[in-house]
Amino acid sequence: MKYLHLVIAALSRRKARTLFTLVSIVAAFLLFGLLNAVRVAFSGGSETLAGNERLVVASRFSIMTGLPQSLQARIAAIPGVEAVGHQNWFGGVYQDPKNFVLSFAVDQNYLDSNPEIVLTPEQRKAFADTRDGALVGKALAERYGWKVGQQVPLISQIFPRKDGDMTWPFTIVGIYDVAPDAPNGTDQMFFLHWKYFDEGNQYGQHEVGWYVVQLSDPAAADRVAQAIDALSANSDHETRTQTANAFNASFAKQLGNIGLIVSAIVAAVFFTLILLTGNTMAQAVRERIPELAVLKTLGFSSRSVLALVLAEAVLMLLVGGIIGMLLATAVVPALGKASGGMIQLPALGLRDWSEGLALMILIGFLVGVLPALRGMRLRIVDALAGR
Amino acid sequence: MATLVEIRNVSKVYERGRQKVEVLHHVNLDIAEGDFLALMGPSGSGKTTLLNLIGGLDSPTDGSITIGGQRIDRLGEGALAKWRAANVGFVFQFYNLLPILSAQKNVELPLLLTHLSAAQRRKNAAIALELVGLADRASHKPTELSGGQQQRVAIARAIVSDPRFLVCDEPTGDLDRQSAEDVLGLLQMLNRDHGKTLIMVTHDPRAAEHARHTLHLDKGTLVEEQGLGIRD
Repeated sequence: MKYLHLVIAALSRRKARTLFTLVSIVAAFLLFGLLNAVRVAFSGGSETLAGNERLVVASRFSIMTGLPQSLQARIAAIPGVEAVGHQNWFGGVYQDPKNFVLSFAVDQNYLDSNPEIVLTPEQRKAFADTRDGALVGKALAERYGWKVGQQVPLISQIFPRKDGDMTWPFTIVGIYDVAPDAPNGTDQMFFLHWKYFDEGNQYGQHEVGWYVVQLSDPAAADRVAQAIDALSANSDHETRTQTANAFNASFAKQLGNIGLIVSAIVAAVFFTLILLTGNTMAQAVRERIPELAVLKTLGFSSRSVLALVLAEAVLMLLVGGIIGMLLATAVVPALGKASGGMIQLPALGLRDWSEGLALMILIGFLVGVLPALRGMRLRIVDALAGR
Repeated sequence: MATLVEIRNVSKVYERGRQKVEVLHHVNLDIAEGDFLALMGPSGSGKTTLLNLIGGLDSPTDGSITIGGQRIDRLGEGALAKWRAANVGFVFQFYNLLPILSAQKNVELPLLLTHLSAAQRRKNAAIALELVGLADRASHKPTELSGGQQQRVAIARAIVSDPRFLVCDEPTGDLDRQSAEDVLGLLQMLNRDHGKTLIMVTHDPRAAEHARHTLHLDKGTLVEEQGLGIRD
């Protein structure tokens, strides 16, 4: 620690150069944080405990293919099933197509199977008693200034009503809170009655998008999943049952191997960062060769000089990297809010920070090692003579 | 007075590409503790090389260098660095202060290698700066000081860890007459009042007049001027 002022002094020698280098490091780690969140979101890394205690039953062929509503009672009869709810994608927008609302038609059981959605008994009752009732997340309600009792029209981008009108009127009957471990964006959702949706839409009736099955024993997930899929084997609506976490992951994978794409971008960013910062460090040390020679003259060992230069590089990476990661931590939830729930990225967690810090130290060593070796190996008499 | 520096049959050969250049040729020299020795000679005579060998910045190709009873020519790089930190103070022609550090922090540099606390380091540096008459400039950066003042800061840095001797390479070479006189007076005071052994390389005969003895080097060989120091 007593050498820290020497390291800081070396970094403040050319303030503009250090500042520009820091900005590039901040940008790289901001990108790393954001892209890591994207990768985790698309790889199912945003798993929740409740997500492993629930099964999702969807069409084996496509998420867009519906399942018969009659299946609900048969699934409920399987031993190990606590409750069965279902959900349909509604695809609503509010007033303007850019005001996307994460909206789903659900039955009462669905709400009972989702502990992340915190409802009071009054809200449950109000939802059950109101045919065009809607439950909205707190963040969504705040975003549009919605109040309980307010009439809200949503335009479905997929489902027309019987008269061909795409606008569906709703009455807000409750504004729900979310559990602390709820995935990002849960407080941005809009739930409407499946019955209201089923009876009112122009397309097929008695069809649900997918079922959500609450298990009485999570350890029985495999057995129950096989039993559910067996119900529809060799029918025109074969199912594929998996845990909610796995379902979310496979849904995301339909968009491509995001993990690979993100890793490639991050690798390219860091490769550029290594070249840029490495060049800066080399230049900074080259300019200071006589000063390093003075330190060695005074009795600093070659290892001390090596450590000083490495510490300088690592400190620069840590300062820039931590600022970048802090910015990413702030930007991730802001993106979710700004997109109205369209972009749901998990908050940066311990793993992201550990990976980030490890990368900062590794890159610091990589960019510092060659200049540091040069400083370590310099011959005092040659360096002082400017040779 | 006891002998501090014993140089025996020292030669130094530099390799410049394929060419070998002998800079020092079988030099023998004793320097007594408490002496103030000026080394003079034309450019390329080997005086800075000899100073570097005495200061432990370089190793001889041949011969032995014993300082305070220790053979420094046998020390490895790490041990030599420790030896320099404990025994030698350096004063250069161009001061060689770290431009980003204040005078106080520059003077504290050698103390970072000791076990002194931060408060003790600050105190010792302040005493050294006071000794060279720059207590009021402690917070100034080198660029905010004149050449003479910078050299006095360099002298404070050289003496702050109380080394056995100082090696000074053209300490007045970059200074005007008045500043040079001030610096030489300061070196004289350190030798006379504090008993520091000084070995100074200089081109300037007026600077050499401040030393107790002067030796001349010519083509890598010592030539005695005032009858002291050289051994046959």
